[in-house]
Amino acid sequence: MSIALEPPRTWKKPPLIKRAWLRWILGLGAALYLALAFGTIDVNWHRVWEGLPRGAQFIKAFFPPDFISRWDEIAEGIAESLWMTVVSTVVGIAISIPVGIGAARNIAPAPVYYFCRGILSVSRSFQEVILAIFFVKLFGFGPFAGFVTLSFATIGFYGKLLAEDIEDMDANQAEAVRATGASWLQWINFGVQPQVMPRMIGLGLYRLDINFRESAVVGIVGGGGIGATLNTAFDRYEFDSAAAIVLIIIAIVMLVEYSSGFLRRWVQ
Amino acid sequence: MLRIKGLIKRYRTGDLALKGIDLEVPDGQVMALIGPSGAGKSTVIRCINRLVEPTAGSIALNDIEIVGLGSSQLRQARRRMGMIFQEYALVERLTVMENVLSGRLGYVGFWQSWLRKFPQSDIDEAFRLLARVGLDHMASKRADELSGGQRQRVGICRALIQNPELLLVDEPTASLDPKTSRQIMRLIKELCAERKLSAIINIHDVMLAQMFAERIVGLKQGEIVYDGPPDKLTPEVLTSIYGEEDWSATIRKADEADEPAADNVVPFEPPLPSRDRLAGLT
Repeated sequence: MSIALEPPRTWKKPPLIKRAWLRWILGLGAALYLALAFGTIDVNWHRVWEGLPRGAQFIKAFFPPDFISRWDEIAEGIAESLWMTVVSTVVGIAISIPVGIGAARNIAPAPVYYFCRGILSVSRSFQEVILAIFFVKLFGFGPFAGFVTLSFATIGFYGKLLAEDIEDMDANQAEAVRATGASWLQWINFGVQPQVMPRMIGLGLYRLDINFRESAVVGIVGGGGIGATLNTAFDRYEFDSAAAIVLIIIAIVMLVEYSSGFLRRWVQ
Repeated sequence: MLRIKGLIKRYRTGDLALKGIDLEVPDGQVMALIGPSGAGKSTVIRCINRLVEPTAGSIALNDIEIVGLGSSQLRQARRRMGMIFQEYALVERLTVMENVLSGRLGYVGFWQSWLRKFPQSDIDEAFRLLARVGLDHMASKRADELSGGQRQRVGICRALIQNPELLLVDEPTASLDPKTSRQIMRLIKELCAERKLSAIINIHDVMLAQMFAERIVGLKQGEIVYDGPPDKLTPEVLTSIYGEEDWSATIRKADEADEPAADNVVPFEPPLPSRDRLAGLT
């Protein structure tokens, strides 16, 4: 009988890169580059050792955090940051809805599509700090510059995700609404909006969360809010007040994050 | 009366989907369109309400030409054609009632529909239709909470509330089990009889087509290859539509042509019994 005579057929997962020599060159090249890159990092271990006590001193200066002596400035900064966050999120989302609809390939005609995609990529190509520096130069120091920065950044974020969500929608549902003789706006309202709404509410809350964190950074370059207060505290070497501010920021970010996470689960 | 003349559709990819279709559907006729996948059944139906733009030809519904209408006139023309979809195509996150009322979108203004302030007469009609298909107690449920058969019945209500002159039905039973398929087909047939509606039904299932349609049109590669009554659908005809196959099990024999009495179609049945009959189904 010939049953046991045949050896078992083996199988191996085909490699990601088919050509063996290319595979080896890419692997060795990456390793070599990494080794050279590490070589250029020049660490003076002696100085690191000497700096350690000074670092400890610096960290010690943060404790105990001092909430009291600068409380008025801190409260004002927080309030300013919070309104900056809320207003810029609302304004940013309001603007990004038409832009996002226009940037969805499946529902917008080509010229509108490219125009709106253009707006989105301009908005997305700059990090908030860069935008803030620009807008502070344009509008002067203060929360208005911060508000414009965050609104502008929100457009890029929210518009792009809205456009992508519309592109991923179920075309049949939208087609069925179109077949009833609905106008364009009715079609968006009945056929498209219900499909993207839950995710958009979640993303709006997520953006609120991001905008609060960014409002602290934006303040450091002159955009007002809690970041400006934090910057002032550092400039005055009031590290204990700075520590208080940092703790408050952490507390608020955690609060916003947990509540937005909870709300997002609820809307799903 | 729907009159299609020389309908040609060439897709942008260059595929010639319809090669000059001529078709007339008189008022009140339920017609089944059969044919293999890719024969152009779906394209025919979507050309009639111009979800797909015809390349050439003429389509007239009650002597109003549909090809070449501007967008607002097209909206008005679409109001007169109800469409029922494969996989139901309900807007899943809207309530059953909103889905039914969306059939009135062609009749109401944007703000009215946006605020969901539809005229009372529309709401009455929606409840009447939902009761007719046994779903009026589901009005506030979200569409994705319903079973397949229930969803398709909501889809039928959405089409009927348009007060259409013609029903375009695209594979209504493709995602339903055999029993629900028959119930849905029977419902469509009954409703067409009640309202003297004509219907074009795209359907894969030849046996269902024979059971519920008065006329069968076979489409093959964008051309009509059969047009006649259901009982003339011989193995030779099916072979000409679909290709060589053993058709003996597909063709309904004369002696089993009548369904059992309990299942029989009563065209002008009062709403209540049929509601009871359907309410127990999922």
